[in-house]
Amino acid sequence: MKHIVKIMTLLVAIAAFWIGLLQMSVIPSSHTWLLPLYLIVSLGCYGLLMVGVGLMQFPTCPQEALLLQQDIVEAREFLKQRGVDVGSD
Amino acid sequence: MDEQNMQERNKYSIIVPTYNERLNIALIVYLIFKHLREVDFEIIIVDDGSPDGTQDVVKQLQQVYGEDCILLRARPKKLGLGTAYIHGLKHASGNFVVIMDADLSHHPKYLPSFIKKQIDTGASIVTGTRYVKGGGVHGWNLMRKLTSRGANVLAQTLLWPGVSDLTGSFRLYRKSVLEDVISSCVSKGYVFQMEMIVRASRKGYHIEEVPITFVDRLFGSSKLGGSEIVEYLKGLVYLLVTT
Repeated sequence: MKHIVKIMTLLVAIAAFWIGLLQMSVIPSSHTWLLPLYLIVSLGCYGLLMVGVGLMQFPTCPQEALLLQQDIVEAREFLKQRGVDVGSD
Repeated sequence: MDEQNMQERNKYSIIVPTYNERLNIALIVYLIFKHLREVDFEIIIVDDGSPDGTQDVVKQLQQVYGEDCILLRARPKKLGLGTAYIHGLKHASGNFVVIMDADLSHHPKYLPSFIKKQIDTGASIVTGTRYVKGGGVHGWNLMRKLTSRGANVLAQTLLWPGVSDLTGSFRLYRKSVLEDVISSCVSKGYVFQMEMIVRASRKGYHIEEVPITFVDRLFGSSKLGGSEIVEYLKGLVYLLVTT
């Protein structure tokens, strides 16, 4: 099944549930009408929250850049001795 | 003992596409040999006709390390990343293939952890991830981080791929799996990496992750502009309807 079909199925299921709620009027229909709006807003909030949390916890590794510089110096020395042209860029 | 036997039988073909990487390719070859000591491997360099003499440096490296360990499989001109892997794959003699960038943003010191993870789990694909504990990125400004997180949340929400880092390109594949997956991929650039892992995930291949660090290229620059974002979104929609 294509992935878009899965997502569509999920949406249809949610829509069916919503229409069911409208028909049965378990909760006041004025509230039910607003549910899709709530859904969209909460999805948006979820997205923003995930981006925010991801951004705050973004793993960085400044020490790796230093280690890489050391590796480069070491590699250059080794290769130069063996006649590999590692002069300039 | 059994594990050791397996390790002895396995051969790893490391495919490195290059374009104007004369210094970086020498450094990366040195680092691969430094970190892969008890493993049977070959390095396949697919050079797209670099005018800076990358191929001359590779020939010098062959003198140092041996022509059977370093294979130069050049192409006449720049033909794109996806086809570079296919080209390299044709010449690969190992039963596992590693693909990595030549610009030193992928450090060869992580190769042993890829190999170990594969042996421990029997996975078909081991992919490097920057977004977990032990991984990380260096050299990105806030804007770059924001786009990256946004793109990742969007892809995770829409595609449910089951891997945390979709656009990373430091990966180990079982050779037959790579051949299978790559033949159905059509995208380019960033999206190509994402398409590979999503298609593999949909096909039900066992995918494992290892943390890697990513030091953005020291020489030259990698930009992420508006056109890349548009390409990414197009790729996302393409994957939504085709996988």
